[in-house]
Amino acid sequence: MSYALTLGNESLIARPSGALHWPGQQLLCVSDLHLGKAERMARRAGALLPPYDNRETLARLEAEIEAVGPRTVICLGDSFDDGASLAGLEEDTRLWLARLMAGRDWVWITGNHDPGPLDIAGTHRAEVQIAGLRFRHIAAAGGVGKADGMANAGGVAEISGHYHPKVRLAGKAWRCFLADAQRMILPAFGTYTGGLWADDAAFDGLFGPAALAISCGGTVARAMPKPRASTRSR
Amino acid sequence: MMQLPPALADWFTAKGWTLHPHQWEMLARAGDPATLLIAPTGGGKTLAGFLPTLAELTTSPAKGLHTLYISPLKALAADIRRNLRTPIEGANLPIRVEDRTGDTNYSQRRRQRADPPQILLTTPESLALLLSYEDAPRIFAGLQRVILDELHALAESKRGDQMTLLLARLQTLSPGLRRVGLSATVEDPPALARYLAPDTGILLADPGPAPDIAMLETDTPPPWAGGGGRYAIPAILEQVKRHRTTLIFHNTRAQAELFFHDLWLANTDDLPIGIHHGSLSREQRERVEAAMVAGALRAIVCTGSLDLGIDWGDVDLVIQVGAPKNVKRLVQRIGRANHRYNAPSKALLLPANRFEVVECKAALDAVRDGTLDGEPRGPGPRDVLCQHVLMTASSGPFDADALFAEVITAGPYAALTRAEFDATLDFVATGGYALRAYDRWQRLKLTQGLWHLRDPRAAVVIRQNLGTIIDVETLKVRLKNRAGGTPLGEVEEAFAATLTPGDTFLIGGQVVRYEGLREMTVEVSRQPGRDPKVAVFNGTKFATSTLLTQRILDIFQQDRWPDLPAHTASWLTLQREVSRLPDAHTLLCESFPHDGREHLVVYGFSGRNAQQTLGLLLTKAMEEAGLAPLGFVATDYATLIWGLDAVQDAAPLFDLTALQDGLETWLAGNAVMKRTFRASAIISGLIERSHQGRRKSGRQATFSSDILYDTLRKYDPGHLLLQITREEAMRGLIDFSRIEDMLGRAAGRIETRRLPRITPLAAPLFLEPGRIPVQGAGRERLADEAARRLMAAAGLA
Repeated sequence: MSYALTLGNESLIARPSGALHWPGQQLLCVSDLHLGKAERMARRAGALLPPYDNRETLARLEAEIEAVGPRTVICLGDSFDDGASLAGLEEDTRLWLARLMAGRDWVWITGNHDPGPLDIAGTHRAEVQIAGLRFRHIAAAGGVGKADGMANAGGVAEISGHYHPKVRLAGKAWRCFLADAQRMILPAFGTYTGGLWADDAAFDGLFGPAALAISCGGTVARAMPKPRASTRSR
Repeated sequence: MMQLPPALADWFTAKGWTLHPHQWEMLARAGDPATLLIAPTGGGKTLAGFLPTLAELTTSPAKGLHTLYISPLKALAADIRRNLRTPIEGANLPIRVEDRTGDTNYSQRRRQRADPPQILLTTPESLALLLSYEDAPRIFAGLQRVILDELHALAESKRGDQMTLLLARLQTLSPGLRRVGLSATVEDPPALARYLAPDTGILLADPGPAPDIAMLETDTPPPWAGGGGRYAIPAILEQVKRHRTTLIFHNTRAQAELFFHDLWLANTDDLPIGIHHGSLSREQRERVEAAMVAGALRAIVCTGSLDLGIDWGDVDLVIQVGAPKNVKRLVQRIGRANHRYNAPSKALLLPANRFEVVECKAALDAVRDGTLDGEPRGPGPRDVLCQHVLMTASSGPFDADALFAEVITAGPYAALTRAEFDATLDFVATGGYALRAYDRWQRLKLTQGLWHLRDPRAAVVIRQNLGTIIDVETLKVRLKNRAGGTPLGEVEEAFAATLTPGDTFLIGGQVVRYEGLREMTVEVSRQPGRDPKVAVFNGTKFATSTLLTQRILDIFQQDRWPDLPAHTASWLTLQREVSRLPDAHTLLCESFPHDGREHLVVYGFSGRNAQQTLGLLLTKAMEEAGLAPLGFVATDYATLIWGLDAVQDAAPLFDLTALQDGLETWLAGNAVMKRTFRASAIISGLIERSHQGRRKSGRQATFSSDILYDTLRKYDPGHLLLQITREEAMRGLIDFSRIEDMLGRAAGRIETRRLPRITPLAAPLFLEPGRIPVQGAGRERLADEAARRLMAAAGLA
């Protein structure tokens, strides 16, 4: 069961998978796929993790695409674990990705893990704005529009990734969306990804007092008040 | 025979010391390739182990490492260094002794590698690290002797398994190496001897006088169920007053906390009493240890954290609260009292409930008869072997045939097949996945017949991750607004996650109120006078050993029980009248209605872990048979299941194959498996240890091992690490082998007694905490019935 919310003036749906659906634009947005993570660890002489992360991530992405049928897909950055990850993809993974991309607009937002020019089809952007929503990898500190001199009053809300937020609920850790009326941070969609607790100080300046954490990872997206650093010890 | 050098002999004479016979005997056996010395606490074991080395180094001084001493505890290594200094400095012997543990500083460690002392005292982990360096062959080339202290304790864990592999490595580097094992009393000396080396001579020291041990009987009979022994606090305080220093052992930390809390409330004389267990902060434990050595404490409430051989001075009484579950541990604990050779140790057993009266009696009999228990440990686990292969590769290229030949000289790995070894090597080198993804990035590569690290820089990470002790993720507990203050202790992260502000729990003997979480610290405030929400953190659940179980069943078969307290004897007599007492040859099941529900009790006597597993599997079988079970509870001796329909014949539920199938399915998604997987994944080098500091800042970079477990189960269910996890879980918390044993013993003789009402032996089970609900058809039927009654009451049916 998904959770519907309004960001800026747009109606959005936070899906239990951790993907964001924007029905008004037939748009699906996912963040931090970290494709090639296991391969990168191995390349750097670290542990040899089970090499099944790419197929698991793509299988879940495919299921979301089939469920939503988006015209546009935005990957919010850190889609690849590093600059060499794309080149290191197995042939079948590459073909699988190409199949998913076929027939729709696909936007790769640049992330800190995958800054370079990527040799893959689709549109490559540092950030992109569609109607009243601006998509970028890392949330801009301060007012939402300030990074490029736009006034917040313009009604532009922001959607970003990067932090991999997670939250505690019923004694278990869940990936989560964080959102208030002006800003939303997506959970990591990649299989081999950890998280940052929702009450971490990194989120302090980004959200207003009415912010929500929307847990996902199960079959239901559940909203709750976002735990705040300042109330952590109260 | 080796002589005692004059310098040492003179010094002993001057001090008025005479050697014990077993100490002379160790000198006589100095040249033997391997010797296991079994001696009681206080028997001068350590000196016996070192005497040949002191003699050799005095007679023919030589530079370089001569003797390596390995203890399971850092503190013990430091202790021994001080103790050795006395004879060495006293007799003015030209011998350098140093210790090397995780606490040794960097420059000292560097110097030790360049110029090793003659005697080096260390731990298995520090030895593994030393052996992982390229210069290991040079450091250990002249090694003459290795002394393994507290071998009985090491041999029960993966640290011991790792230790035997390290010994095999040392033997290769120094073929003339002689091995000495020092151990407290154990049940099967030949097995421990094989663990040490293939041809080990055994030397049994005089065990000393029999301990003075009895059951502590109280005016109030023990309660019907539960643990903790709080009913006996007045009697225990009385004992504390009568002795100099009393150790009060508990089986779990939570019980120790609860007991300590109530003991203080009753301690109107303000006797100095401390508490010591593994969840307390190191500072707090050290303070209690110091006070104890100084003789400032009259009693210490403690758990197994006090079990190992640190010298506790003036203890003259040990009280064991709750049935000891295991005779060997009891004997070793009793050894803590009167830590002097040739003086009997004094101990009291306090049964925590009515059933434990029988169990304590069985333990007393076992101690008097000198029989000890112990479960055979089974073959060496392969996650430890994976780490050993990585360690070996860090020190330099190796030949697979030679390494295999070396590994199978280690006791626990003697039965390892070449195929198993090759699978292990393949896992380390390539990941061992069905999808051969890492051809370019193999961890180990084969070049000209030798395996080596593909990237030599990997050695740094491998070294950081050596060792087989897996820390549970814990959080410190502090009083709020005392940021700089001493932490009260630590709780498991999983326990902290279940707390909500306002919850109260016990730590360090005080009731505290959970306030919140701040920067990986649990903040609490004092809340005296409130009832704590019982803290279940870190409760090690020991299962009663097979030997004790057998003795309990034997006691049940007596005609009368003149040597049991009257309340317990009459309880057993009544059980015999209305039903019967369980025995070892038949599996007794009782089926009766009680309080509107049907009940089934299975007296399996297989220990708590196995009875719990049995509860899960039987309720599943009952669910499938349409018997609508609602829940169950397990103890060391029985499982009680309640449900809507009566079980007329329990035998069909015990189909071993069906139980096994059920186990596989149930295990898959189980938290126990995920925890076991995490430990094996760290030991085998699949994931790195998370270091406290890194956890605070690194965050997104690390992810849960549960994700790896789920991924492997989905895409590579036959993977080596899943096999290892299953093997580990089966012999640990799941304890399925004891269910198999129980069914084997019964050999189809499963008797179901259908009775009109609850039986005396079953009654205490109804008071046990830890009831586990079954979410199945029974719940649905209850809901249906309730709905139908409501409809009927409203006239709608």
